[in-house]
Amino acid sequence: MKHLLIQGGRIIDPSQGIDVTGSLLIAEGKILWLGKGEATPPQPDYDVLPAQGLIICPGFIDLHCHLRQPGFEEKETIATGTKAAARGGFTTICCMPNTSPPLDNQTVVEFIKAKSASEGVVRVLPIGCISKGRRGEELAEMGELASAGVIAFSDDGEPMLNSHLMRQALDYSRAFDLPVIDHCEDKTLTAGGQMNEGVISTRLGLRGIPNAAEEIMVARDLALAQLTGGRLHIAHVTTEGSVELIRRAKEKGIKVSAEVTPHHLTLTEERVIGYDTNAKVNPPLRTKRDIKALIQGLNDNTIDIIATDHAPHTEADKLCEFDLAPFGISGLETALGSLMSLVHSGEIDLVALIAKLTQEPAQIIGNKYGGLGTLATGASADVTLFDPNLEWVVEPKAFASKGRNTPLAGERLKGRVMATIFQGNLVYKDDSIKVKAK
Amino acid sequence: MRTTGQKDNPALQIKPKVPETTSIWQHHHILDVDDFSREEIELVFHTTRAMKEVLSRPIKRVPTLRGKTLITLFYEPSTRTRLSFELAAKNLSADVANLSASASSVAKGESLVDTLSTLQALGADIVVMRHPHSGAPYIVTKYITASIVNAGDGWHAHPTQALLDLYTIQEHKESLKGLKAVIIGDIMHSRVARSNIWGLTTMGIEVTLCCPPTLLPAGLGGEQLPPVNVEPNIELALDGADMVMTLRLQLERQQAGLLPSIREYIQLYQLTEARLARAKPDALVFHPGPVNEGVEISPAVAHGPQSVINEQVTNGVAVRMALLYLLAGSQKQ
Repeated sequence: MKHLLIQGGRIIDPSQGIDVTGSLLIAEGKILWLGKGEATPPQPDYDVLPAQGLIICPGFIDLHCHLRQPGFEEKETIATGTKAAARGGFTTICCMPNTSPPLDNQTVVEFIKAKSASEGVVRVLPIGCISKGRRGEELAEMGELASAGVIAFSDDGEPMLNSHLMRQALDYSRAFDLPVIDHCEDKTLTAGGQMNEGVISTRLGLRGIPNAAEEIMVARDLALAQLTGGRLHIAHVTTEGSVELIRRAKEKGIKVSAEVTPHHLTLTEERVIGYDTNAKVNPPLRTKRDIKALIQGLNDNTIDIIATDHAPHTEADKLCEFDLAPFGISGLETALGSLMSLVHSGEIDLVALIAKLTQEPAQIIGNKYGGLGTLATGASADVTLFDPNLEWVVEPKAFASKGRNTPLAGERLKGRVMATIFQGNLVYKDDSIKVKAK
Repeated sequence: MRTTGQKDNPALQIKPKVPETTSIWQHHHILDVDDFSREEIELVFHTTRAMKEVLSRPIKRVPTLRGKTLITLFYEPSTRTRLSFELAAKNLSADVANLSASASSVAKGESLVDTLSTLQALGADIVVMRHPHSGAPYIVTKYITASIVNAGDGWHAHPTQALLDLYTIQEHKESLKGLKAVIIGDIMHSRVARSNIWGLTTMGIEVTLCCPPTLLPAGLGGEQLPPVNVEPNIELALDGADMVMTLRLQLERQQAGLLPSIREYIQLYQLTEARLARAKPDALVFHPGPVNEGVEISPAVAHGPQSVINEQVTNGVAVRMALLYLLAGSQKQ
């Protein structure tokens, strides 16, 4: 394979503390050379991908997405989900185990690995179940799942209601140094809930989901993490109270990491007005006050990473009464554009944002799959190029994902992925990008 | 209005004496009262008066909606609302068809949109819809052009009920502005309460909500909601009230843990003669029906001299005639 020079962009790699204008040479799937300014590579022959005006950074890593395969192929497949990831600048995505059958045994792990090797265009890392069948009754065979290659355990979608079992999970998983990811929701408080509980739920006559439903479980999980010394990762944090609980837990040295989604960082409960089922998501879109706390949590590293919780559904799934629509937003292809609004408004620093999408999730995943989230020489050539200022209009029909369920349809976003390189291969490029021989 | 070709019956040639100022009417659908201006509500009052005059004639029928097809689509059982709409439409000479559907038998609302598309293809000009899920009529309006009248959606809204309640108040009171209204009962789960809060406050009526805190919706006092007072003590809430509305208490609220017992609810919140005596002597008593006599309201009050429960039902037909008339006008434009 010919060498490829990504030429003349702003290279940002938080893992190495690099933020320079320069060029990146990749060959045989690896990062070969990084040159500052006008430096030219030592190799004589290569193709050139011009990157003037673009940001060059490690490929994004999504610790939380739903690929729906096996079981719900009408919503998404590994083929379409990884294409959507590539369009969104993601080169590594971690798929949640709420498939059918669920990812609670090594056979399903092997299926995911085989499917992603044959049909996927980016790296898919599976997350195994905490409990058999995601029923919350007994532990899945976590050791076997770990050997098969899962990078974490979660019953995502189903919170772990049984405190005893959550304790065992956090304790048992220490043997493999893998995190347990909990979807924090006290179901006794959320039964029938459709959206954030507050002014808008009252106005619309929809049953509310109070902040406390999340915070109670966050508090419990933190206490159990402290008790066991296990690694806890809190999925999709949405409330001011949760951020405060996690902040205090980190001060105490509890082993906890946390994620927030682009939609919870940028959209409020008001999106539900008009009964837009594409704004129905669990946990629900909250308030401006919560968003402010989430951003603060990102900026002081209380919240470690940004993950999409990409949850594709078919149009028919969402074309119904609000109460009957499934929860979820298709998020891979709008993540960067949404998040860049926070950079443009000055609320989040660009380099910090990239860290939350690359280096930080790589740290949670660990080295099981080699060094991820870095442009260090010798690392897998997973590279994302994006234009921070290019404006574009969200057109769900143009999504690679089968899930067109986004509340952002028709909206203008500023910041767009222009090319995604996975293991040295150009797996997505915008039409305006032309690769030329030197 | 079409008056030609109707020479078969001289009574049909008599138009309702409706006001001329229908240009302030902005609605193609009637989904809730939250998007009604004060002027529009007053137009509904004027038009309703004309319809009441029609109802007082020996032949209670005008040709206003002749050639129009109205379909009632009810996903929830209802006797009075459905019958009220049906009579209203027939009094205006519309063709009326009724469809009952079961929301539980349709797992996916795609069939909701499909059902409405079918009704439209069958020639429906107006669909009167009741649905157990909040917002169902809103979702439908994105896909069809027929007018939708919301006859109650989940906990959300019941606009025609609120408008007939307002109409009934103004028949008794010289001015609405500054009146004090008290709504007692299961506010959280009540579409009647929600729509009434919008309508009452739009007309300048001060609203006090009275219920156990577990039946009060979240976020009151927020920017997106009309201003209301909250007083959980029924005696204090009723002090000086001009009108009192009690709501039906669903017995399953107790099962859901929102109330310790129906017995205690009766002790704390039943509208009795003794409690009603704290309101103004000419205070009106409303109930949207059906009434649980002896639960939220004592039989003596429900049938007492201050009760306007039967007037609400009578006015319901006239108000719905007025609304259908106004909708038909907007369709012509």
